[in-house]
Amino acid sequence: MSSPSDMNTGDVVELAAKEAAQQDVPDHHVTDVALKPAFFDWLCRMGDTTLILGHRTSEWCGHGPALEEDIAQANIALDLIGHTQMWLGLAAEVEDEGRTADTLAYLRDAMKFRNLLLVELPKGDMAVTIMRQFLFDAWHHDYLGKLTGSSSPRVAEIAAKALKEVTYHLERSSDLVVRLGDGTDASRRRMQDALELLWPYTGEMFVSDEVDRAIAEAGIAPLVEDLHADWTETVTEILKEATLELPSGTAYAQKGGRTGRHTEHLGFVLAEMQFLQRAYPGASW
Amino acid sequence: MTTTLPSVDQVWGWLAEVPDPEIPVISVTDLGIVREVFFEGDTLVVAVTPTYSGCPAMAVIDIDIQSHLATKGLHSVRLDRRLSPPWTTDWITEEAREKLRDYGIAPPIDGTAGTDVMAARAARMSGTSNLVVSCPRCGSAATEKVSQFGSTPCKAAYRCTDCLEPFDYFKCI
Repeated sequence: MSSPSDMNTGDVVELAAKEAAQQDVPDHHVTDVALKPAFFDWLCRMGDTTLILGHRTSEWCGHGPALEEDIAQANIALDLIGHTQMWLGLAAEVEDEGRTADTLAYLRDAMKFRNLLLVELPKGDMAVTIMRQFLFDAWHHDYLGKLTGSSSPRVAEIAAKALKEVTYHLERSSDLVVRLGDGTDASRRRMQDALELLWPYTGEMFVSDEVDRAIAEAGIAPLVEDLHADWTETVTEILKEATLELPSGTAYAQKGGRTGRHTEHLGFVLAEMQFLQRAYPGASW
Repeated sequence: MTTTLPSVDQVWGWLAEVPDPEIPVISVTDLGIVREVFFEGDTLVVAVTPTYSGCPAMAVIDIDIQSHLATKGLHSVRLDRRLSPPWTTDWITEEAREKLRDYGIAPPIDGTAGTDVMAARAARMSGTSNLVVSCPRCGSAATEKVSQFGSTPCKAAYRCTDCLEPFDYFKCI
């Protein structure tokens, strides 16, 4: 693949190329050939997860229940797409085969995506959207915090940047979980239903495989199992305050997204997100 | 032929004339996003850091900087994207804070960026949060947050309960 960013005008492409040539933070992991397959995969897991959640969140744009909520959803989506540009941009650089963040996002098929299943589920009602955001934010916030101490300076600086934004994402989503859970009968019921629906998809956030182990061994990221205790504590505390009941069935976890085995929903997301670049290759405005 | 390059100080002066595309009363240097300016041979390098990672204004800012410097005769300019250290509202200059207030935007209150998110949340939910955002119109401290997000990602929507003015607060990160 040789085409540069297809979505940008010429001058932006030129600027991006100049920037890419000037990555002046030394990071031996980026050029480590032995580590490359795992590092690329792991970066796609980070970037694809923020990309798909960002897309799902953006589906509220123009449909929010109140103007402020509409704007909030669009802003959170924008942050997540911003994180995607950083993660997939680094993934493309590590891969070193001429791809860019844009071609990774727009020209891969579902089985090449490495996002968590949790984020590809349909946006549902506001309860599903807010509950998913909260369950994800609690994990994301903790993970990014740990990644700021990564042995990879490039990963650490992306994490430090993203963490600032995810801090107010978590603040907002936890406030809303409490407000809607401890709200009216209807809002409480919807929040409890959303929790039951999403709960089986949370386990995947804490299951490591050989990719995670290679990355942990290189000191780039902690093993995701190590995030489980703190996450459980945060979630339990907020759900209690929201008067919601923690689902009992924790033994079974839906998983597979991080290795490319997805639900049927991802294809529909990609059909919409990738349509323009598939139908009109290289189109820009 | 040798060309005389302008001094770095002179370049900083020119950069101070480039307005932020979304808040045109302040410049890119007021905002604190220009992190470094230096010459590499005849090429001027300007290191810029994004405010928010998904900020759609970044590409426009890059182009604005390049085209303004071109009017000063500087055609060999390279823009570096610098992520670290990440931008903080603490870098917004004092002068710019006054300009923001005059423009109707409450400037950020330093040191209030969320770090321990759960502690901050507990303080806010129990009513013990002491963040006072004064109304940029009447100066009253009797204000309330309407939404964590305003007209752009960097702002929150507030309203004054004295003069009833709705306004943007430049939130801290």
